[in-house]
Amino acid sequence: MKRGLTYLGIGIVFGITMFKSEAASWFRIYEMFRFESFHMYGIIGSALVLGIIITQCIKRFNIKSIYGEPITIPSKEKGFYRYIIGGIIFGLGWALAGACPGPMFTLIGAGFIPIFVVIAFSVLGTYIYGILKDKLPH
Amino acid sequence: MNWIYNPWPWYVSGPMIAFILFTLLMVGKRFGMSSNLKTLCTICGAGKNTSFFKFDWKSQKWNLIVVLGAIIGGYIAHSFLSTTTAVNLNPNTIINLKALGFESAGKAYLPEKLFRIDALTNIKSILVLAIGGFLVGFGARYANGCTSGHAISGLSNLQLPSLIAVIGFFIGGLVMIHFIYPLIF
Repeated sequence: MKRGLTYLGIGIVFGITMFKSEAASWFRIYEMFRFESFHMYGIIGSALVLGIIITQCIKRFNIKSIYGEPITIPSKEKGFYRYIIGGIIFGLGWALAGACPGPMFTLIGAGFIPIFVVIAFSVLGTYIYGILKDKLPH
Repeated sequence: MNWIYNPWPWYVSGPMIAFILFTLLMVGKRFGMSSNLKTLCTICGAGKNTSFFKFDWKSQKWNLIVVLGAIIGGYIAHSFLSTTTAVNLNPNTIINLKALGFESAGKAYLPEKLFRIDALTNIKSILVLAIGGFLVGFGARYANGCTSGHAISGLSNLQLPSLIAVIGFFIGGLVMIHFIYPLIF
């Protein structure tokens, strides 16, 4: 229960950040891919610089979670094709729908009803991947 | 406290995202949103005939709670923390978007022809949203992560696969906007 409230709180802060940063705006994604604003690059870049420091410190100093458990950050499976092909497909969709899997939920709360179409079809896309998985190059 | 009602600059937003990554790691979890789409498939019964979806979805309940929070956060930010939601775009982007028929560029948070409720009566708008969503879901699972899982979590952990995926995100995005948009809009 207490842990659930923690996750909910983190999610609320995440949702507010996605909306207020305009990372959930279709327009900002479009502008980013035209290289006409530093905004999105600044967001991702500064999050990344701090993220690297945080992640490397946690690993180097064996920092434990607030529940006293060790924090394990597994490495991504090695590979090339799945990351480049999957990445390109994701990028095509990201630029078309203007929303990635976090902000699309934020936009429900902000009251943009047509985002349900994006979410429903992203669940369908995930399902179709699961069916085709063994036939695709990875 | 007036700043909170304006759009947040990148140097506030980026560190906030890093803070979210930090808090999730500190409660023993990882930052990655697209796996929720897989969990939703499993909840809908996809595990019955496809082994990819055969897992105990309750182990991912924490992440669905984060999603619920993200929805609530969107509501709070939109309803209580914003005086204006118009996105202050580069004037060149606005001119370009208007030429493509996006009249609301510079005046709204999302393009009205795709995200206003009456977009649901327009076949073309529905197709754009549906195909975009499909590619996001399919691509995220194929690449085993999305913007949060690869561009933030994975790159923070200095993972080469995440770098390949992020390069893919940009190839896809650039192709869509520079080569495919002129064909569809």
